[in-house]
This record gives sequence, C-alpha cells and structure tokens, in this order.
Amino acid sequence: MWFKKKRGLKPTPRREVPDGLWLKCKECGEILYRKELEKNFWVCEKCGYHFKMPAKKYIEILTDSFVEKENSIETTNPLEFKGYSEKLTADFEKTGLKEAIVVGEAKIGSHRVALGVMDFRFVGGSLGSVVGEKVKRLIKLALSKKIPLIIVGASGGARMQEGILSLMQMAKTASALAELSNAHIPYISILTNPTTAGVMASYASLGDIVMAEPKALIGFAGPRVIEQTIKQELPEGFQKSEFLLEHGLLDIVVPRHKLKTTLMKTLDFFSRCKSGCASGTKNHR
Amino acid sequence: MTRIWLEFERPIADLERKIEELQTIASDESLDVSEEIEKLKAKSAELKKQVYSNLTPWQRVQLARHLNRPYLSDYIKLMFTDFLELHGDGCFRDDPAMIAGIGKIDGKSVVLVGHEKGRKTKDKLYRNFGMAHPEGYRKALRVMKIGEKFGKPIISLIDTPGAYPGIGAEERGQAQAIAQNIKAMSTLRVPIIVIVTGEGGSGGALGIGVGDIVLVQEYAFYSVISPEGCASILWRDAKKAPDAAEALHITAQDLLKLKVIDGIIKEPEGGAHRDYEKSASILKQTILENLNHLSSIPPDALIEKRLNKFESMGIYKKT
Ligand SMILES: [Zn+2]
Repeated sequence: MWFKKKRGLKPTPRREVPDGLWLKCKECGEILYRKELEKNFWVCEKCGYHFKMPAKKYIEILTDSFVEKENSIETTNPLEFKGYSEKLTADFEKTGLKEAIVVGEAKIGSHRVALGVMDFRFVGGSLGSVVGEKVKRLIKLALSKKIPLIIVGASGGARMQEGILSLMQMAKTASALAELSNAHIPYISILTNPTTAGVMASYASLGDIVMAEPKALIGFAGPRVIEQTIKQELPEGFQKSEFLLEHGLLDIVVPRHKLKTTLMKTLDFFSRCKSGCASGTKNHR
Repeated sequence: MTRIWLEFERPIADLERKIEELQTIASDESLDVSEEIEKLKAKSAELKKQVYSNLTPWQRVQLARHLNRPYLSDYIKLMFTDFLELHGDGCFRDDPAMIAGIGKIDGKSVVLVGHEKGRKTKDKLYRNFGMAHPEGYRKALRVMKIGEKFGKPIISLIDTPGAYPGIGAEERGQAQAIAQNIKAMSTLRVPIIVIVTGEGGSGGALGIGVGDIVLVQEYAFYSVISPEGCASILWRDAKKAPDAAEALHITAQDLLKLKVIDGIIKEPEGGAHRDYEKSASILKQTILENLNHLSSIPPDALIEKRLNKFESMGIYKKT
C-alpha cells in the first residue's frame, strides 16, 4: 500500500530517504520506487530533484576504487556538552559512520585523487574537531602525494556542541588549503544540498573549481535566520545553486549523473598542465 | 555618556548612589559624614571585587555587549596617531561596519582593521551594529594586503555580533568573502595581532581573526554561535541563552584552556567601559610588546608558526 495516509497536524519526518519501498518526490510529488530511484543516483526521474545521498554512495558513483584513511580519529565531547555523546552514538547507529566525513585516496579513471565526502545524516554534516582534522589530513595527503584534492560538501555548518573548537576548524582547513594553493595542487569542491555556514565559509568555497549539484541550498546564513533578520520573504530560488551561478559565485552547476565525467574533464585539464601544476613547485609568491 | 548599570550590578549601583547622596549632603550642610562615606566606599570596593571576580558566562556576555563599551573608533583615538581611514572594497561599496586604515602606534606604522558597532542609534544603523557585509571583509583584506606589500604589521580588533545575514550579503558571497579572508590571512607575510575586544561573533569574527597572536580582553567572548542562537536551536527558547553561554565555553578563561587564544588582556575593574583611558593603555602596551616580539621573526618562520598554530587546534581522540 503506498497511498498517503492523512497525517493531521503531525510534523512530517525530515528524513529524505526513508526505508519504505516507495517514496514521494519532495519537489514534484511523484511517487517513486525506491530501487529505481537508487539506480538513478537518487535523482527523481520526473523532475530531476536531487535527494540527499550518503557519502558511501557518492564514493561508489564517482570513483573506480577507494581506500579509506584517517578513520581512527574519534570524536570526544570536549565541552561535555549535554546530549552530544548520545547524539554521536545515535547517528553512528543510524548511519554506520563515525563522523560526518569519509576521506581517503581514490582513483577516478586514470587519476589518483585525495577524496573527502561529507554525509549530512551525521549530525547534519557539521564541522567539528574530527571533521576538521580529517579534512586537514586529507589536504596533507594531497600535498605529500601531489595529487588533486576533491571534497564533496554537505553540511549545515560548524558543530555547535564543540563550541569555539568547531569555529577554529574553519581556520585549520583554510590554512592547510593555503599550503595546497602555494604548492599548485588543484582542489575541486563539489557542493551538494545543503552546504552552508561554517563549511561554506571555509574549505567548501575555496576550490580552484567550485561545482554544485542542481538546486542545492548554498550560503552563509540559513534562510530562516535571514527571514527573521530582514523580516521579509525571500525571493524564489534564493540561495539555490542556480541563484549562486547567476550571481557569479559558482563555476558550474552539474547534475549528479554528469558529476564523474565533469570531474574527469577537470582532472584531465589539471594533469595536462605541465608547467609546475601538480608537480609541487615550491612556495612562490 | 550616561552610566548604565546591568541587572547583576544593582547592589553596587545602590551603594554608589548612597555614597553620592552622602557626598552631596556633606557639601551642602557641612556635616561630617566622611567616616560614613569611607565605610561605604570600602564596602563598595569589597562588593565590586566579589561581583566581578565571580561573573557567570552570561554576565560576561552582557559586559562584552555593554552599550558603553569602548568601540574601535574610541580605541583609534586613544591608541593611534596619524590614523588615516581607507574606504571601500575597490569593487562594490564601502562597508561602515568595518573600519580599515593605516596609522601609527608609538611611532610604528601599522595597518588596522576592525568592526565598528556605532554608538548612538543613527550611528548604529549606519554601522549596521557592527555586522559586516562581504564588502567589509573584502575591504579589510584589501587594506591588509597593503600592509603585506609594504612590510607593515597588521592589527585586527574584533567586536561583532556576527557577519550580516541578509539578501545582499548572500548575493555578494558572504561565505566566500569570509573563507577567502581566513585563507589569505593564514599566509600574509607580516605579523598579525588579533584582539577580541567585545563580541567575537562566529565566522563574522574569524573573517578578520587569523593571526600570529590572538588575544581576548578579560570580559570579551568568542563563540561559534550567539548564546541566543544556540538556545533557540537546541532548546527552541532564546531565553535560555544564559545556559547556552555556559555550555558553549565562550569566556576568555575557557578560550585559553581550549588553546584557541594566546592570552587574556586585563580590563579595568567592572569592564573596559569604566575607564577608557586605562583600557586603551593596557591594550596599547600589549600590542607594542607583541609587535616587538613578532617583528624579530623572519616572514617564512612567522607563516610556518601561524599555519601550525591553527592547524593544530581541536580536540579529538586517536584510537
Ligand atoms: Zn520529482
């Protein structure tokens, strides 16, 4: 049975990928068969809506092989923030992930890359000490092996429960990226729905190339905060990928099924650049 | 400036008023109440000591946001000479929430950037309450790069509720501007001294917050999110901000313990607003000492140290 029950006034669960056989497209309302949707990279066949997708699934569709690294760094509760440890346990049980990012070394076609993929299901993909440290180590991997860096973003921002330590992860990752830039190693940032706040205000927007999936929410402040501040309705499509593209803030919007081929083109470009790129030219200024 | 007492300062305010009343009586009726006055003064001093050495995080937030707290424009007058404000991001507009310029401190040429909240209502609106737009961050970076190009140290004073959340700010890349600043500041080849003088509001603070030395004034705070914002997200109740202030570990002492700052700068008792001159003189002294120390470090070593400093922040467990 897949027809919708009347729900009364109960809030609809926010989870976008329920376990049922059938689910409804958030954008066009089409009832979609889960297996078909999965085959179609979690993109609605009717309207092209991009559902949120787990990190592991991105790795599957983007790479030809992947070796996970830095999985032994564990999150603690440094501020003894109430409820945080329980939240970490719950999200681990829900996702099987120990943190909101998976990092490692991958092959995409003939290219070796350092790849990080965030997962929104784990504490909203938030940036805390461990995500920051893993991103930093991934950047160092790209630096030491002189291979391009790719990060797929999905995050609501800095992790509140680690307070100021989370804010400093923005500086940590941006500092490491400054080193990567100086070494002329390319960095491609891919933004998915949503990539906002602290993550967007640090490594996610610092790619040599910044791509985004269609209609992803991308920005600094959350739409609700903006609405409350300016006390007026936000324009249609505000803070969506296409809006950012129009305002000159993105290089390109790429539908999910074209991500891999687009990445390959970009990687080809970088690898053909013989005059120092990716060959580790020393700090030059 | 009218004196403003905060709720928790009320007992002190009452005592101070009594003392003033007695002083008026004494001068009017030539009565000898000096002994009584001395007694009350001693009592007030004792009370102040007790109150200000036992501040809760939320009380510190209120002091950091105190309407009479010295702002950047006050410190510019009190600490710098030959200050020349440089306007504009060179592209879109001048953002009054951010001040940038060149000047001298104790005869040494420096670049200064910082937020400005504005004192009176009209000025507050003009300054957008110290909440900068992307062009504010871009202006700051533009002027900091002048410092880099000509070998002048940079001083950055932070006092902002946060970067402005608005339509224009998003359209012009608030996140991108902050990210670019953080990255660029991490490798600028001149000494950078960062001081949080009031509110260190999240990304809006960090956007001019990367440096060789990061200091926080005694009653200032630095946080990933405002206590109100945290309380309304976590407990759907902004009135629980005092609890959030506690949970977020945002006080100067907390920040030092978490190793995200290098030191705490003393303030006059009761807060910087009690004595502008004294506050500015302590601040100036601290800046000069650090400038002196940092200018002896060669640029490459300086950058390496700065990168290491930020790249090692965070707390986690290795299994
Ligand atoms: Zn659809």
